[in-house]
Amino acid sequence: MTAENKTGIGASVTRLEDLPLVTGKGRFAADVSFPHQLHMRLARSSHAHGRIRAIDVSQAAALSGVFAVWTAADVADVPLIDFREGPIEKLAPYRQPVLARERVRYVGEPIAAVFADDPYVAEDAADLVFVDIEELPVLMDAADPPGEFAPGFSTEPTICKQGYGDIEGAFRNAHAVVAMDLSVGRHSGVPLETRGAIGRYDAARDVLELHGAAKVPHKNRETLARMLGRSTAGLHLFEGHVGGGFGVRGEIYPEDILVLVAAMRFGRPVKWLEDRREHMMATNHSRQQRHRIRAAVDADGRLLGIDDDFLHDQGGYIRTHATRIADTTCGVLPGPYRLPNYRINGHFLLTNKTPAATYRSPGRYETNFVRERMMDVLAHRLGISRVEIRRRNLIAAEDMPYERPLVALGDDVVLDSGDYAGLLDKALVRFGWEALERSVAERRASGERVGLGIAMFVEKSGLGPTDGARINVDTTGCVEVVTGGASVGQGFETVMAQVCAEMLGVDYRCVRVVHGRTDRIEYGIGAHASRATVMTANAVAVAAAKVRTKALDLAAQLLQTDLRHLDVVDGEVVRTDVVNGPSISLASLAHHLRPASPTRGTRDPGLAAEGWFDTAHQTYPYGVQLAAVAIDPGTGAVAVEKMLIAYDCGRAINPMLVRGQLVGGFAQGLGGALFEEFQYDERGQPLSVTFADYLLPTAREIPTVDVLLTEDARSRWNPLGIKGAGEGGIAAVGAVIASAVEDAIGMSGIITQLPITPQRLKRILDDRAQAATGGEHRVY
Amino acid sequence: MTDKCDIVLDINGQQYRVTIEPRRTLADVIRDDCGQTGTHLGCEHGVCGACTVLLDGDPVRSCLMFAVQAQGRKIRTVEGLTRGTDLHPLQRAFIAHHGLQCGFCTPGFLMLAAGMLERNPDISDDALVDVLSSNLCRCTGYENIIKAVRAAAAEMRSAR
Amino acid sequence: MKPAPFSYHAPVSLDEAIRILADVAPRDGRVLAGGQSLVPTMAFRMARPAHLVDINGIVELDRLTIEDETIRIGACVRHAAFHRDDVPGPTGRLLRDVVRYIAHYPIRVRGTFCGSVANADPASEWCCVTAALGGKITARSGAGTRTIAASEFFQSVMTTDLRDDELVTDVALPLLPEGTRCGFAEFSRRVGDFGIAMLLATYRIEDGLIADPRVGLGGAEATPRRLAEVENVLVGREPVPETFAQCADVAAEVVAPLEDNNNTIAYRCGLVHTLTRRALEQAR
Repeated sequence: MTAENKTGIGASVTRLEDLPLVTGKGRFAADVSFPHQLHMRLARSSHAHGRIRAIDVSQAAALSGVFAVWTAADVADVPLIDFREGPIEKLAPYRQPVLARERVRYVGEPIAAVFADDPYVAEDAADLVFVDIEELPVLMDAADPPGEFAPGFSTEPTICKQGYGDIEGAFRNAHAVVAMDLSVGRHSGVPLETRGAIGRYDAARDVLELHGAAKVPHKNRETLARMLGRSTAGLHLFEGHVGGGFGVRGEIYPEDILVLVAAMRFGRPVKWLEDRREHMMATNHSRQQRHRIRAAVDADGRLLGIDDDFLHDQGGYIRTHATRIADTTCGVLPGPYRLPNYRINGHFLLTNKTPAATYRSPGRYETNFVRERMMDVLAHRLGISRVEIRRRNLIAAEDMPYERPLVALGDDVVLDSGDYAGLLDKALVRFGWEALERSVAERRASGERVGLGIAMFVEKSGLGPTDGARINVDTTGCVEVVTGGASVGQGFETVMAQVCAEMLGVDYRCVRVVHGRTDRIEYGIGAHASRATVMTANAVAVAAAKVRTKALDLAAQLLQTDLRHLDVVDGEVVRTDVVNGPSISLASLAHHLRPASPTRGTRDPGLAAEGWFDTAHQTYPYGVQLAAVAIDPGTGAVAVEKMLIAYDCGRAINPMLVRGQLVGGFAQGLGGALFEEFQYDERGQPLSVTFADYLLPTAREIPTVDVLLTEDARSRWNPLGIKGAGEGGIAAVGAVIASAVEDAIGMSGIITQLPITPQRLKRILDDRAQAATGGEHRVY
Repeated sequence: MTDKCDIVLDINGQQYRVTIEPRRTLADVIRDDCGQTGTHLGCEHGVCGACTVLLDGDPVRSCLMFAVQAQGRKIRTVEGLTRGTDLHPLQRAFIAHHGLQCGFCTPGFLMLAAGMLERNPDISDDALVDVLSSNLCRCTGYENIIKAVRAAAAEMRSAR
Repeated sequence: MKPAPFSYHAPVSLDEAIRILADVAPRDGRVLAGGQSLVPTMAFRMARPAHLVDINGIVELDRLTIEDETIRIGACVRHAAFHRDDVPGPTGRLLRDVVRYIAHYPIRVRGTFCGSVANADPASEWCCVTAALGGKITARSGAGTRTIAASEFFQSVMTTDLRDDELVTDVALPLLPEGTRCGFAEFSRRVGDFGIAMLLATYRIEDGLIADPRVGLGGAEATPRRLAEVENVLVGREPVPETFAQCADVAAEVVAPLEDNNNTIAYRCGLVHTLTRRALEQAR
């Protein structure tokens, strides 16, 4: 039994990461520079679809300060960019080349690479690359008939399907059926830091290095090594500070490969920094789906079946995630509800837009919107409350673990634990739902357009199967935890330090956490899909426990004390049976364990251990989001007056950081609900390529968010009981805002599209008012 | 056309002598020629505010100025907030209140807030939030940034 | 997003600036004042001026003077100057109200009133104010100095009566008499964004009825302008909601809005309706 650790699990301690970041000493990709480096700049397609007839790089190459200019011919030996999880034959032809070969398929696709002494010159030169393109018809709507990706290959390479039960029977026997056509707009993570990649070849040691890596350095190293024909021992990735990931940063993009190939060929480091305009058309898009969905219920509003046919707008190529997001969509749509019969078909469609991939809560932001819209409309159809219909359909806590005959992220869906109804009750009370319903009614009576919204959701995290960590305590008492994790700004180091502190018995400030370094540890899972806190923290816990055991064992010997009377407190092994008895520090124990130490005995040198954690299944945190909104009929603007996120994360290692994740996620979710959209014109030209067009919420647009964080349902799948929190804030925001806005309008089923822009909302209100006047009077 | 200029920039009280083309932005020169990489580039078109520095005490977007324009002015960047090893109240408050996650927007917010509070320590809370809506953050949802700045403002007011 | 190369000129007197501008304007030379609009367009390489004439060092241009019931705003006066109390009376109050809508504080530290007017972006608040108040723009070149009325100055989107070699040295606005009520309403997607539409209204009360109304529309059409039809509704009427509601209807009828991929004509008409009523109702 360890003494209570004030900086261990459950403590809202301040972050270890912060000092360099608040003093301007961070090392983001743009801050990394090497002597003699070249700067790379890409010339990109300004056509959405076309055949490349010719590329003239002569003027670019002739510009003073330009070292070289490449086109596809110069990198013909570089294969198409592989999928992260390995080869998939059927989808292989749709992968992206590092520089366009024969065809361009989206505005922004890389066509040529310029290498110059300085980034200003590189940009001057890129402007001098002239491309002769024969325009081809563009496919901009996934609902249009599929076209040709390449001869013999359709733009609909596959349909993702899942289902079970008797869907036809369910609809035949239904008391009521609701059908909706629901769309989520194209938007994405858009972190404040754009991408960057620096390639360097250390000829002295024959090691190729990629700096500016993120998210999944070990996986990427494997993929890159395979693509470039190198051993993984001869290729290392380095993650420094990362300015937000949100899913979009850290996948393998053409630029990462180009800087590596160039570094090797030129024998000089090659640095590439993405600018904002490029980012908006080059970094992964996400979210755009259109669901034509039907739900059948019985007379009490219980779901009998859901039948969904959706279009997934993938963009110009299939990137590293293959069809994962569409697959996940299929597997997670039912959310927290019982669903006896189900059929879902996801049409995976290529269009001439920037390719899409994962963005925080992928497949869930979309399906939460779709499913919760259906629940609201079903409630209205049956004349029962939106709260009641959800209650009637929730999976009960007693039924956990609850297996669904579905697959998400390659894993069978087994909801491990959760008291959905219990959290709903707590959320409603905390929010003051009943009193707000009364107040909303009063305000409506005096002409205000106000409404309440509700959404329930299940998140997923802790994808395994395995992770490991190494811990070493040095002779100064410093504890180094080496993980294969990654940090995109979420506080990874602090959380791992806290777990180590708790399990080992030290203050978290003595702990240094290593991540994002493939040269420090052979394996790693990085940080994505809210896995790190579950997997890496548990691996750290295992390793820390082993170190503690080793320390106590040696201390017992050195202090001549029974093991049962020893504990580690604040870096010291102390006796628990006497007050102020002899003790020995971990630092001293490390000294005793050095290789040449006479007191080491037969023990392996070092106060160190490696720990591994395996898990059979993902774990499922869950939540409820409640919102109160007011709409301005004169402009169509939506103001969120009150917001609650109720979320059960199993166990919070640092509640302050969990709250930060939820509120930060909420802000992004609100962006997708009201502001953010990648728009294209009919010729495929992207219209949202600046921060003046693509609207990120500012402090004024974000309301105060109340967070009710519970730890009622620990995960069954890991000893720490953790479920992860990275995606719980964003997951249901589209759903809950749509629910509230529709309530404010007072017309069921009217909100079918995100984002809910003022222009769209005003159109809905005006049409409704027009209809109410019988079309007689002009309505503003 | 691209004749370089010799200029001297006063950054955090230090003089930096650089020879640069006039088209080089103040942000790029601060970072690349003067080696102060704490000031970040988030958009290069003046919307996100990550590049905010103080120019004679006022917050400006350094991506919207050319370095040649900043001669003879006093520039302060995030590196200049600490006094020796003592953190500025804003820096301490951002740490205490979890006002940063990835940290990329943080220098911009720190300089924006420092400029605002040093000019007007008695700023109303409403005006404070207005000013903080000048800069973009993608991680925090702003709640803790506002808390941190409020806390630092209170400390700076009481220290007078 | 680095700007293309240019030659840089930093005159220290107005005469010098005019001379240099006369020389470089025909060769793609532009004036650099606040730079908050110009520099982003250069970053996108939508603008690639061969010469920039930086007027920020010309002390005589950094003056705000009040004389003969007129405010004269010099070319280097920043937006941020209007946060202060320098301008008295209803006009000062109006300018202080309007300045809060201009982008964000750090932009206002550098951006200039006259630069905004010369740029003639339809979404510019100062262009709306200048048009509504019947401001006068003074432009100087090697050929001399001239004064241009606002109604002649704004010709189309980002297009004015200025010749390439002319520098706006100041904009003059009338000081509104004491007792004038002013109201301003603008709608944008987020705080600080470009206004999709804006409405400025001023009027006096004489014997309980509206006199000397000015109604200026901005953001919705290619250029800002006074809405005479709406002003005609206001004259001699009581300042009550019924009057303002009728003004809103008329404004929405007479406006000929711009259209873009997000804003239909109908949407902007609706906004103009809303903002007209609000600006009039909130006028103080």
